[in-house]
Amino acid sequence: MGTIRHRTGAVLAAPLVLLARLVDVPMRALQRRTGQGGMAAAFLLPNMAIFGVFVLVPLALNVVYSTTAGTDILLADRTYVGGQQYARLLECQDYARPITCREDQFWTAARNTGVFVVLQVTTMVVVSLITALILNREIRGRGFFRAVFFFPVLLSPVVVGLIWRWILQRQGLLNLIMVNLGLEPEVWLNDRTYAFGAAIGVSVWAHMGFYTLILLAGLQAIPKDLYEAAQMDGTGPARVFRRITLPLLMPNLAVVLVLALIRGVQIFDEVYVLTGGGPGTSTMFLTQYIYETGFASVLRNPGLAAAASILMGLVLVVLTLAQLWLSRRAEGRGVR
Amino acid sequence: MRKTISLAALTAVLGGAALAQDPVELRMLWYSDGVEGEVMADLLERFEEENPDIDVVLDNVAYQVVQEQLPIQLASGQGPDVARVASTLKSDAQHWLDLRPYLTDEQVAYWQENFGNRLDWMRPDGSDAIPGFLTQLTMVGGFANATLFEQAGVDLPGEGATWDEWVAASAEVMESQGTAAAFAIDRTGHRISGPIASYGGNYIGEDGMPAPIDDGTMAFLTKLVEWTDAGLMLPEVWVSAAGTTYRSGADDFINAQIPLLYSGSWQVANLSTKIGDAFDWVAIGSPCGTEGCSGLAGGAGLVAIRYTEHPEEVARLMDWLASEEIVREFSERTLFLPAHAGIVEAGGLTFQSEDPNVPPALDRFVQASGETLPMADALPAWKWANAYYGALVTRVSQVMAGEITLDEARGLMDRDIADAVENASQ
Repeated sequence: MGTIRHRTGAVLAAPLVLLARLVDVPMRALQRRTGQGGMAAAFLLPNMAIFGVFVLVPLALNVVYSTTAGTDILLADRTYVGGQQYARLLECQDYARPITCREDQFWTAARNTGVFVVLQVTTMVVVSLITALILNREIRGRGFFRAVFFFPVLLSPVVVGLIWRWILQRQGLLNLIMVNLGLEPEVWLNDRTYAFGAAIGVSVWAHMGFYTLILLAGLQAIPKDLYEAAQMDGTGPARVFRRITLPLLMPNLAVVLVLALIRGVQIFDEVYVLTGGGPGTSTMFLTQYIYETGFASVLRNPGLAAAASILMGLVLVVLTLAQLWLSRRAEGRGVR
Repeated sequence: MRKTISLAALTAVLGGAALAQDPVELRMLWYSDGVEGEVMADLLERFEEENPDIDVVLDNVAYQVVQEQLPIQLASGQGPDVARVASTLKSDAQHWLDLRPYLTDEQVAYWQENFGNRLDWMRPDGSDAIPGFLTQLTMVGGFANATLFEQAGVDLPGEGATWDEWVAASAEVMESQGTAAAFAIDRTGHRISGPIASYGGNYIGEDGMPAPIDDGTMAFLTKLVEWTDAGLMLPEVWVSAAGTTYRSGADDFINAQIPLLYSGSWQVANLSTKIGDAFDWVAIGSPCGTEGCSGLAGGAGLVAIRYTEHPEEVARLMDWLASEEIVREFSERTLFLPAHAGIVEAGGLTFQSEDPNVPPALDRFVQASGETLPMADALPAWKWANAYYGALVTRVSQVMAGEITLDEARGLMDRDIADAVENASQ
């Protein structure tokens, strides 16, 4: 019986062995020619080619578009204007008052995005951390709750936006409940504060499952004996959290911070479906401004949209570097 | 050798036959306000039966897709073979195919005779191309929920009633029946341009370029903002969105959330289908301003795209769809006003609807088409109309949301329009 299995396995593996030997010949030749360092580059090449085609080339094209004007899309039909689009975006009498800026909607969107990122990322990290800490405990139905918190991540952003729109609109579920409780209904999405709060709440609801999972993985990687030692020393839970959990979770927290920050700055789809950027422009964020300027407006301006996206990208790079520097510094301090 | 030659000949014959049988596939981008998608699918099936060498795929999409995604495809030299277009008929005119080289002289004469008076709406200034035809003539105008008015004991304002009178009457209905608001106007600059003309507004300068925002325009915008502040105009339509996003108030009217809707004749089939016998509704034309009672004529056009690889087949399809018999059937089944001069002159259309609200509504829109003011008549063929519409809707929404004042909006609208013109001219 064992011999038959062995033979069947050998027969099934034969094509793979043959393939490996076929690949082995050119690989050996390549390694002889390029050395071990060159082999690493050869293995990275396909990935880098995809990265180049889908990231670097569009990025370079975007830079080129930002130096042109006109409504046409084909570069050959567009007029070169140098840094005119950037100058137009940055022209402002008082940056605190977007209305005084040449492109007031850009600055309104930038201000909205800044406020959104601060509030949303803070809420996201705190809520995800608390959820991860709870789900890391030996509670009943832990697997079920982990699935429940992760479920919204699987939904399409458009579905998320629509679900919450149906809940929050004038004749939505929330108002129905309020009326049944004898309360006055609210037109949630017509109020600037509520609409902004809804944008934050919905995006946290939609994405926290993902960040919770990252933090949960970090929590489970912390050696149990550290907690046992702290318990034997009679250390309180708050001190345990501050001195053991938080420092050891810092790499995961840094990842969560960077990802949430990038996602926060790029916020668009679910909020666009939920509020359409309104009321007025109170939930219009940078990505919507870029979309409206470059694509949605009947008299579109792709050059201006490209310049705005380059500026947004620069801000993202700076923020990401700052986050990484801060988290590495914090990580370096270790457990005390 | 003989065997080889025979085999090659057989292969060539069979291959040739297979190629001959392969129909040319044409793609038509289409959107529907009412039942016209179903009617068009039906017509295309008949066209394919009569023309087995052509296969037409109907891509029925949301209006927003035609408005936002088609222009991007066109600007990059791509797109479907044929598309139904409304707001960008003029501004994207450089992308339409001139059908004349693919039509006979007799066919060209037919097109000129029956669609010639509105071809300027869809071709570049100074061009005499035939890029397509209007599938329907539209007229901006209002609808009132007659049942709600009756239940509230409020008389429908009569002929010549002003905007103020209509809004006041609708406000009474709102108070009495507990509706969400008194009225709604679709969120687009196009819809408010007829009323603006009624208050003496003018967009077109003497040189044909955009004129600065004038007092007539501001007069109606001021009213619009005041009505919104007072909770009379449904805020969900205008306030709850940014930029130029299109939103219609039709669903709120259909759900009896507002007693008055200002939209247009293309909604007749939609209202008839969705409201059924839930309540009675009437078309009211356009309320009056200080200078007149103007709506805005318009239409959706079926245009051929110049990037098609099959211009001859496209021309055959377009000519078939533009034939008097098909246009007549399309209009009767969709409840759209035809833009075919021969049909309009001959009259006798039998609109296919058992809804008693439909015939008087269509009659009212026909009557309203004779009440438009010169500025409104000029807009459909004016290249910069969309620049104006975009600035109006963006800035007025901001005023309604309390972000800027009307005076600030006036300056910003002028600047937005100037920027749009400058960018489009580069």
